[in-house]
Amino acid sequence: MAVTERDPARDARPLSWIERIPGRYWLIGAALLVMPVFASDFVLFQIFGWTFILGIIALSLMFLGGYGGMVSLAQMTVAGLAGYMVAIFGESAISAISLNWPWYIAIPLALAIAVLFGTLTGWLAVRTDGIYTIMITLAIAAAFFYFVRQNYVMFNGFSGFNGVLPPDLFGVDWRGPKAFYYLTLFWAVICYLAVLYISRAPFGLALQGVRDNQRRMSALGYNATAHRVAAYAFAAVLAGIGGILLTWQSAQVSPGTAGIGPAIDVLVIAVIGGMRHPVGAFIGAFVYVILKTFALDALVAVGLAGERFQLLIGLGFLVIVFWSPDGILGLWDRWRESRGKDPLLDRGGEGP
Amino acid sequence: MTEAATVSDRLSATGTANALELRGVSKLFGALAALEDIDLTVRPGERRAVLGSNGAGKTTLFNCVTGDFLPTRGTIRFFGEDISAFPPHERIRRGLRRTYQISLLFTGLSVLDNVYLACVGVSRSRFSFLRPRRDDALVASAEDLVHVVHLDDARDTRVANLSYGQQRQLEIAMALAGAPRFILFDEPAAGLSPTERRELVEILNGLPDHMGYIIIEHDMDVALRVAESVTMMHNGRIFKQGKPAEIEQDPEVQALYLGGGHG
Ligand SMILES: Nc1ncnc2c1ncn2[C@@H]1O[C@H](COP(=O)(O)OP(=O)(O)OP(=O)(O)O)[C@@H](O)[C@H]1O
Ligand SMILES: [Mg+2]
Repeated sequence: MAVTERDPARDARPLSWIERIPGRYWLIGAALLVMPVFASDFVLFQIFGWTFILGIIALSLMFLGGYGGMVSLAQMTVAGLAGYMVAIFGESAISAISLNWPWYIAIPLALAIAVLFGTLTGWLAVRTDGIYTIMITLAIAAAFFYFVRQNYVMFNGFSGFNGVLPPDLFGVDWRGPKAFYYLTLFWAVICYLAVLYISRAPFGLALQGVRDNQRRMSALGYNATAHRVAAYAFAAVLAGIGGILLTWQSAQVSPGTAGIGPAIDVLVIAVIGGMRHPVGAFIGAFVYVILKTFALDALVAVGLAGERFQLLIGLGFLVIVFWSPDGILGLWDRWRESRGKDPLLDRGGEGP
Repeated sequence: MTEAATVSDRLSATGTANALELRGVSKLFGALAALEDIDLTVRPGERRAVLGSNGAGKTTLFNCVTGDFLPTRGTIRFFGEDISAFPPHERIRRGLRRTYQISLLFTGLSVLDNVYLACVGVSRSRFSFLRPRRDDALVASAEDLVHVVHLDDARDTRVANLSYGQQRQLEIAMALAGAPRFILFDEPAAGLSPTERRELVEILNGLPDHMGYIIIEHDMDVALRVAESVTMMHNGRIFKQGKPAEIEQDPEVQALYLGGGHG
């Protein structure tokens, strides 16, 4: 966890950044890069594309919850708003509303509005704590859902927008399975690395300090409220990116995109994966996508009604919360500990 | 000290104002008056010991000055500026620092990271999204402070693994971050071994002359070695102030405080 850590042997040649990348990153990175060679279009677009997108949105919650101690249910709303904004400023099948502005204006504008909205949500939510943060962000999510469903002038009400497609940049069809896979992988990696990096930068470190002991941080000169609001702003950038990709994937955005159900699903994903490390968001998203894609068929195959799928997710959620509050990441850690292989414990020289 | 220039600038800018000036400060906890009508003046660079039995209101006095609690009544001036209504971080950014009677540290972080966090808190990099570089000035000043409190060997140790005495030293290092103008030490010597106490006295006496402080200290011997004036508190009130020698000789003080179990 050391920001200021140096190499144990201080005279040794400092490792270059390439040498400092752990081996498992190379392995997973290589596997993800060559995936399109052997994976089917369905797996690329529907399983991995969706995993990366939901992972990015859950990552924004992980950043707030894991580093900031603030559980926001409004991250899907921020994502949905970004999706709506690209549909409104950019192109869609609803030509009466869409402004058809070029992508290099529509996308940054959509992100900026999503960040503004996320920051405002944070500004309201940081005045509360724990369960009240969840309640106020849930209220915001619900208000957004009902507002866009009833507003036909700007949000096209119940049906929302369809035909929202990614721009054809470099002559590539970005909704083609392989291209979309790489597009979402690229942004997932960017977002993941950004969170990882910032968690050890002064901003992220201070956020964790505020989470652990707000009073102490104030006595060190930090404005705890400002740090929390800034965390919401950063999380909104992530959620906004995820929201735009999500809209492109389904080529549409509607009130249901950012309903109460999806809002809670994001929380479920983050909790299942584990909020201690950014990778948890993607693990959770993968599990969720697999369940959502195959549980239905599996249930029908054994003679149960397909709707039981939600029940299955709910049960899984209960088991995880009950069994390992740190999600799948926590289970993994425990397994390693039980094998006595935890490198943190083996480091030595740190005993009292 | 590299900050010497800025400190003297600030001193001349604030003229002859007192470092700390409390007027009629009271703090009520329900019916209990933890502080009653406190008037207290400390000059820049002055080193003051505050003594008093348990529950006298010493820590509450600190909490009111740093803004951890808002006083029920009264005004607090810091180098001439009325800070009574300021939130804690604004007071800290003006050069006020404190340590806690019960260490408040980030136990999951290393010693150096704790001090680094303290240095960042009073710098402009608070919101920086960039990790510190190898030659980062704040990291360098954090390393200096770790050295000042004799924790070099424990620099990369997780705080949870530090001894009690080391944690107290770390509290002090964190209070020295940035360019403090005035520091409040809340019983830094409590629970320390005789050797650690000697080290503490050495650290305090080694601070630059312009850094004034108030130290809460039960042990007269330590207090006399690190302070030039003494304030005695009892039941939320100040009942005696003066030079250490006068206080020691005062019959009232001896009856009330020194007589009560002190060797
Ligand atoms: N947060 C609080 N709520 C209610 N009462 C408090 C609070 N903090 C302190 N007090 C009360 O105020 C009085 C003064 O407490 P304070 O901690 O300032 O004493 P002190 O002089 O620092 O004592 P000690 O030497 O034990 O540290 C005590 O009676 C204490 O019980
Ligand atoms: Mg006290």
